[in-house]
Amino acid sequence: MHKYIGKSMQRKEDYRLLTGTGMFVGDISLTNMSEAVFVRSPHAHAKIVDINIEAAKAIEGVYGIFTAKDIEDIKPLTQFESHCFLPPNLVEAISPTINFNYEDILAKKKVTYVGQSVAIVVAKNRYIAEDAADLVEVTYEPLQPLVDPYEARKEDAPLIQEHLENNIQSHFHVTTGNVEQAFSEADYIINEKIRTPRLGSNPLETRGVVAKFDTRNQELRVWSSSQMPYEIRSTLAHCLSLPDLSIRVTAPDVGGGFGPKGGVYPEEILIPYLAKKIRRPIKWIEDRMEHLTSARQSRDQIHEVKVSFKQDGTITAIEDFFVIDSGAVNFFALTCAYNSAYHLRGAYKIPNYDSKCEVILTNKTPNVPFRGAGRPEVVFVMDRIIDIVARKLKVDPIEIMKKNMIQAEDMPYDQGILVKDGHQLIYDSGDYPDALRKAVDLVDYEAFRKEQEEKKKEGKLVGIGISSYVEGTGAGPYEGAHISIDPSGHVTAYLGCTPQGQGHETVFSQIAADGLGVNPQNITVRVGETTVLPMGQGTYASRSAVNAGSAIYEAALKMREKVLKIAAHLLKTDEELVIDEGKIYAETSPEKFVTYKDVGRAALPAKLGNLPEGMEASLEVTHYFAPPTVTFAASIHMAQVEVDKETGFVNLQNYSVVHDCGTVINPMIVDGQVQGGIAQGIGSALYEEIVYDQTGQLLTGTYMDYLLPTSMEVPTVEKAHQEFKSTRNRLGIKGVGEGGAIAPPAAIANAIVDALHPLEIKTNDLPISPNKLRTWIKEAEASFQALQTN
Amino acid sequence: MKPSKFKYLKPSSVEEALTYLEEYGDDCKIISGGQSLIPVLNMRLSTPEFLIDVSGIKELNYIREEDGYIAIGALTRHVEVENSQLIKEKCPLLIDAIKWVGHKQIRNRGTIGGSIAHGDPSAELPCVLTTLRGEIVIASVDEEEVVGPEDFFLTYLLTALQTNQLVKEVRFPIMTQGERVGHSFVEVARRHGDFGLAIAAAVIGLDNQGLIQKAQLAVGGVNPVPLVVEEAEELLIGKKVSEALLKEVAELTSDCVDPEGDLHGSADYRRELIGTLLKRAIEEATARAWEGEEKVG
Repeated sequence: MHKYIGKSMQRKEDYRLLTGTGMFVGDISLTNMSEAVFVRSPHAHAKIVDINIEAAKAIEGVYGIFTAKDIEDIKPLTQFESHCFLPPNLVEAISPTINFNYEDILAKKKVTYVGQSVAIVVAKNRYIAEDAADLVEVTYEPLQPLVDPYEARKEDAPLIQEHLENNIQSHFHVTTGNVEQAFSEADYIINEKIRTPRLGSNPLETRGVVAKFDTRNQELRVWSSSQMPYEIRSTLAHCLSLPDLSIRVTAPDVGGGFGPKGGVYPEEILIPYLAKKIRRPIKWIEDRMEHLTSARQSRDQIHEVKVSFKQDGTITAIEDFFVIDSGAVNFFALTCAYNSAYHLRGAYKIPNYDSKCEVILTNKTPNVPFRGAGRPEVVFVMDRIIDIVARKLKVDPIEIMKKNMIQAEDMPYDQGILVKDGHQLIYDSGDYPDALRKAVDLVDYEAFRKEQEEKKKEGKLVGIGISSYVEGTGAGPYEGAHISIDPSGHVTAYLGCTPQGQGHETVFSQIAADGLGVNPQNITVRVGETTVLPMGQGTYASRSAVNAGSAIYEAALKMREKVLKIAAHLLKTDEELVIDEGKIYAETSPEKFVTYKDVGRAALPAKLGNLPEGMEASLEVTHYFAPPTVTFAASIHMAQVEVDKETGFVNLQNYSVVHDCGTVINPMIVDGQVQGGIAQGIGSALYEEIVYDQTGQLLTGTYMDYLLPTSMEVPTVEKAHQEFKSTRNRLGIKGVGEGGAIAPPAAIANAIVDALHPLEIKTNDLPISPNKLRTWIKEAEASFQALQTN
Repeated sequence: MKPSKFKYLKPSSVEEALTYLEEYGDDCKIISGGQSLIPVLNMRLSTPEFLIDVSGIKELNYIREEDGYIAIGALTRHVEVENSQLIKEKCPLLIDAIKWVGHKQIRNRGTIGGSIAHGDPSAELPCVLTTLRGEIVIASVDEEEVVGPEDFFLTYLLTALQTNQLVKEVRFPIMTQGERVGHSFVEVARRHGDFGLAIAAAVIGLDNQGLIQKAQLAVGGVNPVPLVVEEAEELLIGKKVSEALLKEVAELTSDCVDPEGDLHGSADYRRELIGTLLKRAIEEATARAWEGEEKVG
């Protein structure tokens, strides 16, 4: 039925991005603009004894140097309440504790992580600001740093947030079925410790803020490379005690966010505050080294699981205790933590499930959601379990997957616990066994198995690994859209969700075009600015297509109704009208039509227009869409690798995906999302890890140490699609933004195990570096030999 | 990440550059391609008062054959070496190695002299120069001298270059002609274009029976300087390559290096790895020598 939804239309954004005519924060230049540089903590945990700014202040071109005592009228940055709210039924079900915690805009009495802001220099330009920052003398008295979450959770550990009783900032317990009974009836029980390390999201564009105080309108103007301009507005309003609407926040073109550009940073409060205070526009662009230390990080979970299963491969129970190393502040309460808990069982029916979680403060950069937000960690756990069970029972992992998988006829399937929004965890649609079959066909699994045997005989160790996920996407609470049609007939759509390169202008044009019956070229989409809509949330959690896509569709349908009424009035007809490419007519007489331009003019007020009796002038419609709960996207990933046993190097030879994101709006964009997500997933499988030493010093402060996969390390992914529509919005959309990043670690880790089989190794610790793998191989060879000799 | 203040000098001749060096000595840094120095300046790990940009000195950009060696002017870019027919014919090991230097963009900017003067033990060119027993021409206002890599590379990022001296030329011996000679350059890096975790180079000459009569072996990234594996060279002479012999070479190599560990590989891992890589290099060089692929003339 749709004309534009489902079409791979060229992205409206690309011309300006590819010709360098977009506008990022770094491109903004204002009259009299100054530049800021932060003085950051070199210590993980230390008391601030003294700050001497005299020498720095003396440098010519320095406009001001500010420390905590100069900004006492700013409230600290607290955990984001909008993301911390838990519905009462969830509270009852999981008895959570979420202790209040916060970060000062500039460190006051002590610093709690390397890279924390201690002072800010505002100067004529960046060079001068850096010269002065070098001269700011901060005297510290080091305190005991806490780097290991297991140490930090001990009762006698020093406190990181000193108003708390211990460093366990949050915890909860979710359970369904009866794990104890399942354990007592099991044929086998295994215990595994499975770890996903700390990662950075590393967007192409670092963070950046420009702010100016508009004295005429008494308005604070802020530009930030952000995923959540509305959250910045409300937080700024709170911290600076200003009305929300006296602040205008723009997220211009943003070069990637992936989660850590969500929420609000101290810099996003301080730069606007100072621009107002010194009455001079200020620009701060985070440099890459600052990004690696101070931009928020993610993942960092350790799971200890106990799993019971039967001889036939049926997994009967999983008991999990996991810790999340939250760093010095936990801004997002249980967002990643509960995502992990409710996603662990994924596509599998495991009736007895018990998960306890602790979010622990340590002296590291704060941990926030990053593409996948708690899901990659547990998919890694679950699919390592599948693989381990299969190896134990000496069957192909596919058999264990099939044995335990939720069937198509089970849909909608109830997993027996709640989603974070309080709704019962019920999968809306999908056919996972069919996805698995498609994936098996895509890689020609049987042929690979035969070929593998031959190759292994020649000493070429190739392997295949599988992973699957079911992902709750499109989280609420809402997203809005406003459509406006001017007298020329041109449509402008305003949305509150802010893109970071996803292609919102393209896909929302496609949806609105189908809703209105016009060509997407006649639609301009405006996003990334708090003035375009009174309220908005942002782009994160694979939610924009679902929420904003539904909002604009509903708004378009409302608008369509009004347009049709006006058109009927102009055409003087009672017949049912159709709209196609902006022309409105009765199907019986297509030659007699009016256009959107005619309708636009007719909607003018008073005698300028020509409206049906009693109809309000203007063509303006707003709709806020609130989903009933999340929708469930799903995927199967298959990785093929070759392992060099002597060096521990892994060559990722092929990668294939079958996925379901409901109604596909733009297949090209979906493919791009999947490919890009997989690139990040490959990074976490094989390359990426943020490492701190025992004193809390960051060891991965450059891209020589923190390894991102490049295009050379990322194969072109083979893709196949399923389209099981969501039942939770009119278009049947599910989210796709995060999916690609979720499954690669498990698929690749399992492929490595498979390549080395019959050598028994366990790839339970990411990333699988050559050094680590070589060590596992040697250990496995040693125990194999020990077995032989016994 | 902005450098601190410096004064910028741009000489147009070697003589002018050497005069600046004589005058400013300790307070200056030489820049040509900038591939190593710019990050160091931006991170303010080095804050020289003067930056001498030698990229305008045309006379140091050449590749030519001289008496038994290929002379490469210090300001010749990596890409020019990579594309040189002369080097391909006379010193193919260098071609194999230079492809491992960073990425194309880096090879377009980086210079041969810069790579040598930087003295990174995991870099490819110092390893090749060491394998082939090449030479480095260094100059000051008063004199010019020719030194071997064993005297030039002192330790990590430290060379014998004095503050008033400039690397002028690098000399790679022409690889032996008219014999069964093969070479191999083996490197593993975490990702394409990264510094090698370990690198190994081998030149092997065989007699008609397939016995090794010449062996030049060196390793990089596993010692403070690139290292000739002399004991292994001696061990190979007069023998036929076999699995047992290669295993012995690998163990011997692992024993004679002293790698440092970092995030990408522990010392123990690199120690074992270099044995494996040198073994593979010898294997490949020997196979190539026997097949006579590079038999010149």
